[in-house]
Amino acid sequence: MDPRRKRKLRLFVALGAAVLLAGTLIYTSFSASTQAKEPSDLLTASEPGRSYELTGKVVKDSIDKDGERLTFRIRDRDGRESLPVTYAGVVPDPFREGREVIVSGQLQAGTFVAERDSLITKCPSKFTKDEQSA
Amino acid sequence: MAGVGSACLVVGLLTAVYAAAISIYGAVAGNRAAVVSGRRAMYCVAGLALTATVILQAAFLRSDFSYKLVAEGSSTDTPGFYKFTAMWATQDGSLLLWAVLMSLFASAVLYTTRRSLRDIAPWATAVLASIAGFFLLLMVGWENPFETLAVVPAEGVGLNPLLRHPAMMIHPPMLYTGYVGFAVPFAFAIGALIVRQTGADWIRATRRFALIAWTFLGAGIMLGALWSYSELGWGGYWAWDPVENASLMPWLIGTAFIHSIMVQEKRGMLKVWNVSLIVATFALSLMGTFLVRSGILDSIHAFGASTVGRQLLILIGIVLIGSTALIVSRLDDLRSKAKLDTLLSREAFFLANNLVLVALCVVVFWGTFFPLISEALSGEEASVGPPWFNRVTTPLALVLVALAAIGPVVPWRRAGRALLLRSFRLPLTVAAVTLVALLAFTDAADSTLSLVMFVLISLVLSVVFQELWRGTRARQTIAKVAWPRALGQLIGRNRRRYGGYVVHSGIALLFLGVAASSAFQIQRDVRLSPGESFEVGGYEITYDRATAEIGRDAAGTGAPITLGAVLTARRDGEEQVLHPSRNFYPSRSGAAGPIGRFFEGEATSEVAVRWGLRRDLWAAVRPDIADLEPAIREADSRFADSGQDVQAVVVAALVERYRNNSPPANFRAIESPLVSWIWIGGMIVVLGALIAVWPAPETRLRRVTSIYAAKLGKELSRV
Repeated sequence: MDPRRKRKLRLFVALGAAVLLAGTLIYTSFSASTQAKEPSDLLTASEPGRSYELTGKVVKDSIDKDGERLTFRIRDRDGRESLPVTYAGVVPDPFREGREVIVSGQLQAGTFVAERDSLITKCPSKFTKDEQSA
Repeated sequence: MAGVGSACLVVGLLTAVYAAAISIYGAVAGNRAAVVSGRRAMYCVAGLALTATVILQAAFLRSDFSYKLVAEGSSTDTPGFYKFTAMWATQDGSLLLWAVLMSLFASAVLYTTRRSLRDIAPWATAVLASIAGFFLLLMVGWENPFETLAVVPAEGVGLNPLLRHPAMMIHPPMLYTGYVGFAVPFAFAIGALIVRQTGADWIRATRRFALIAWTFLGAGIMLGALWSYSELGWGGYWAWDPVENASLMPWLIGTAFIHSIMVQEKRGMLKVWNVSLIVATFALSLMGTFLVRSGILDSIHAFGASTVGRQLLILIGIVLIGSTALIVSRLDDLRSKAKLDTLLSREAFFLANNLVLVALCVVVFWGTFFPLISEALSGEEASVGPPWFNRVTTPLALVLVALAAIGPVVPWRRAGRALLLRSFRLPLTVAAVTLVALLAFTDAADSTLSLVMFVLISLVLSVVFQELWRGTRARQTIAKVAWPRALGQLIGRNRRRYGGYVVHSGIALLFLGVAASSAFQIQRDVRLSPGESFEVGGYEITYDRATAEIGRDAAGTGAPITLGAVLTARRDGEEQVLHPSRNFYPSRSGAAGPIGRFFEGEATSEVAVRWGLRRDLWAAVRPDIADLEPAIREADSRFADSGQDVQAVVVAALVERYRNNSPPANFRAIESPLVSWIWIGGMIVVLGALIAVWPAPETRLRRVTSIYAAKLGKELSRV
């Protein structure tokens, strides 16, 4: 094959591969993603049976432990609306009242039922300012 | 002393501005004296930053709480080692660490290139001085680490207990050394572009620095993973968290860079690609610093809102836009001397490896920034989790390992088919035997992707082994020495090449650990009373009894209370005893009572791991202190006004009660096959990189011979 045509062909193959990769990336990421919501978002609009990621702060004096089962309330980062959460599984070390957490699960009859081991607590920043106010 | 520290930063900033300005003047006017002055000014910047660091460190070591930073990040009960490292656990301190490492690195490279690269070096000095100046400006303008408190507190807040782990404290300086190290090749690339000397000179001068930066960044990432595995009580080493990804991205592009510069050195190709890669690497390094500081993405490492996020973003913008404009304006000078002859050549394999690494980086970037992307496109913030990352990166990783197996034996320019067949006869046989053995004797077939990975790894290792063996045999015949010496000479004379092979084998072992532990690990979470047992993988684990200690934390982190468990693990008639525990640090908020505060503060898992070449047994405990709570509450009201020594006795009694009652506790146990090979592979990578970086005696020899050759030539021409 004439080298110039060969080079052109290679370029097309490479571009094709890149487009394919980009397509896969966009498709898989949108289909695999979970939406992050705050309690107020879920209270106003939520599809039953759909999985969400709930983020917010743990409400003061709301944590209750019963053996493995943990119940607590999550409130909006800057608001008062809150949702009760039931959770089972490993509780991360920094889990505390007032800390920001992320948990995935579904809303069932007004309670957010979390998936096992899905609780993530934000590291209490290396900057301890927040910690003292919490 | 705080005043002296602040002054160091201000003078350092002014000196950096001077260094940049005088270097540009020297380069434009061709004034050598100005260039020399610029270089020496850069040494001064390094000296000033170092002085500032020493002053701050001294304040940390003697717990001088008049420094705001010391009061917030340290305390008298923080152990000495952690006092020393607490500096970079704070934002202002880590900016100072950036500045000092950056200016030291810059000084080192400017010193080694002081007699060469006369045209490029002044511009590189200007770039390096500007970057160092930028970080000094951040501290002078917004985040002064030498801020003092009007009212000196009696005690500091203390270092976050989660960070009290040796790996965690060496990890940030290593990452930063990696980040700032990439500034050096970046600065020289910019210099080369400005003066249109786009050959391989700038690469030869800075290659070693790029490799050092790459090694430190890689080692830093590994230490972060090790910390995650052995300190955070979840048992994993990688969570695809934005902050982890932020350090992985520059490392991936840096890996592409140290491969593709070889193509430019040997064949004069890929020039635009190389300068683009180093610009991207440096921009991603800044991005790593920015992501950690900005709080724009939800991460488990939220470092609190930072005041310097916007400034960092502006710097990234300047770097990207300025470099792109410069590259575009120099496209004519960057044209390749040679063309790619065939796809079956070393350069084509390097190119393929580069494309895969860049694709990996794009994938990681997309996933990391997906919340922002999705919010921009659909208005809803959504994120992708670890399963998505694993699914998308695994195929790319497989291709990468396959390329690492084939690439090293394909010759430059053009490979003959016969030669390739000969080179691959042994490795392919080994791979085939591995496949059969895995299918016959193990459950590896349960995970197809892991099986493919194992076979490819055997291919990489046998290729490396074959190369070493052949080279050693050849050396044995030529030099007539025994094989260990021949092997030593072989590696010593070709450090870059064989160092590279060692790195490849280390990466292969690392992937072995990752593939095996992610596909075949078994994890159980249970709640047990003393005497009860459970099974995880091939182990039967019994909870023997509870432990409780006061002031006797085995890890030396300074925790007053340690509650734990004694576990006995049995496998094939062998017994092992594990001591997982949990450290409790007193709460400093006023909400908890005088006794309760000892139990309601931070708590961290002290994981018990039985390390093994075949498998690790990992166990963590979460003691349940619910039984103690009524007693704690009662003590809070009864001993509220008692002296500290009485309160200490009460706490000790409560802890004693936990030990005697041995209430049920929650456990997580993991059997993880071959996971140790991740750390072993990582160490081999560092070893290989050291071999490649170590200056060969040969270059000195070559310089001498070339002088002799020139003399001889002169004499011959006279005849």
